[in-house]
Amino acid sequence: MRYSIVIILFYIFNFAQSSAQSVKEIDSDALKALTYTMNDTTYVVNFWATWCSPCVKEIGYFEELHRQRESEKVKVILVSLDFPKQIDRRVIPFLKEKEITADVLLMTDLDYNSWIDRIDPSWSGAIPATLIYNKETRVFLEQELTRDELFNHVTQIKQ
Amino acid sequence: MSYSIMLHKSSNDMKKTILTSVLALMAFMLVNAGLKPGDNAVEFSLKNVDGTSVSLSDYADQKGMILVFTCNPCPFSKAYEQRIISLHLSYADQGFPVVAINPNDVEISPDDTMDKMKARAEEQDYPFPYLKDESQEVYKAYGASKTPHIFLLQNKGGKFKVAYIGAIDDNAMDAAEVTNKYVEKAIAALISGSNPDPATTKAIGCTIKTKS
Repeated sequence: MRYSIVIILFYIFNFAQSSAQSVKEIDSDALKALTYTMNDTTYVVNFWATWCSPCVKEIGYFEELHRQRESEKVKVILVSLDFPKQIDRRVIPFLKEKEITADVLLMTDLDYNSWIDRIDPSWSGAIPATLIYNKETRVFLEQELTRDELFNHVTQIKQ
Repeated sequence: MSYSIMLHKSSNDMKKTILTSVLALMAFMLVNAGLKPGDNAVEFSLKNVDGTSVSLSDYADQKGMILVFTCNPCPFSKAYEQRIISLHLSYADQGFPVVAINPNDVEISPDDTMDKMKARAEEQDYPFPYLKDESQEVYKAYGASKTPHIFLLQNKGGKFKVAYIGAIDDNAMDAAEVTNKYVEKAIAALISGSNPDPATTKAIGCTIKTKS
């Protein structure tokens, strides 16, 4: 009896662990690699932060895209530009509240000038900004997106 | 927006390619709207938090100007607020005073009304003008895209020219961790008679809030 309770507790703990949103820290080299991965997948890389109100407004559309189209080789990656010191206090509680299950990465390289051009030379650095690409096409959008705009861009690029 | 095609598999892609090229051209034109280093600065006359009107030409006797597009609520503007005040305190005497312009639409960003700007300027004791770009024409003419966004101007024989565009330094989060003070280096270059290098930098910032 006692043994089975331990097993149940173990499973509950494990489940809680796997469903909790985790945020992986990345540097500029890892980010560059992530924005130039050439395979059959279409990547949707959204640059956002918890303090950016238009980003917060559109983040639900990215989560919806992730849930709907992951099986169709659409990979959504949310790159947070919150300051690294705010990961536990702001970023993770925000992701839990919004029930985000898409991959979330946190950019640790704060020397923005050293890497913004490497993602896209047209990017001024304002967020929200979204890169949608596959091995054939690439679109960089320095703007807030509506749900239709996001889904249409992905559909167009996958054609 | 920037589109680019990386590989074309068949002629079926032709239509897409043409569309994409047109979009890329439009994006190119959009990106190039606004000023770049070497261009003449654009004259402005905007309302200050003290009720007066401030113009670029009011500064004709100065060596230049640190023009900062910034706002009240943006965390990057807040992170840089004390550094912007310090820039003015260090460089106004050397002929490079700060002038701050708030470009945000107040309907979309209610924290950026003239009343809220006045409150912020008083609370933080701004030693420089804090102007409202109410028509949003000035930020567009300069090509500012975010807050904070710096345009360092140099007075060349009575004509202001753009000398540097970009960030204040290379660490928004922590002033103590800064390794490259772009604006200070650019001013030092101008004072010594050379051109700033780099003349442009990029940084993350908040979008300028505008009704599209």
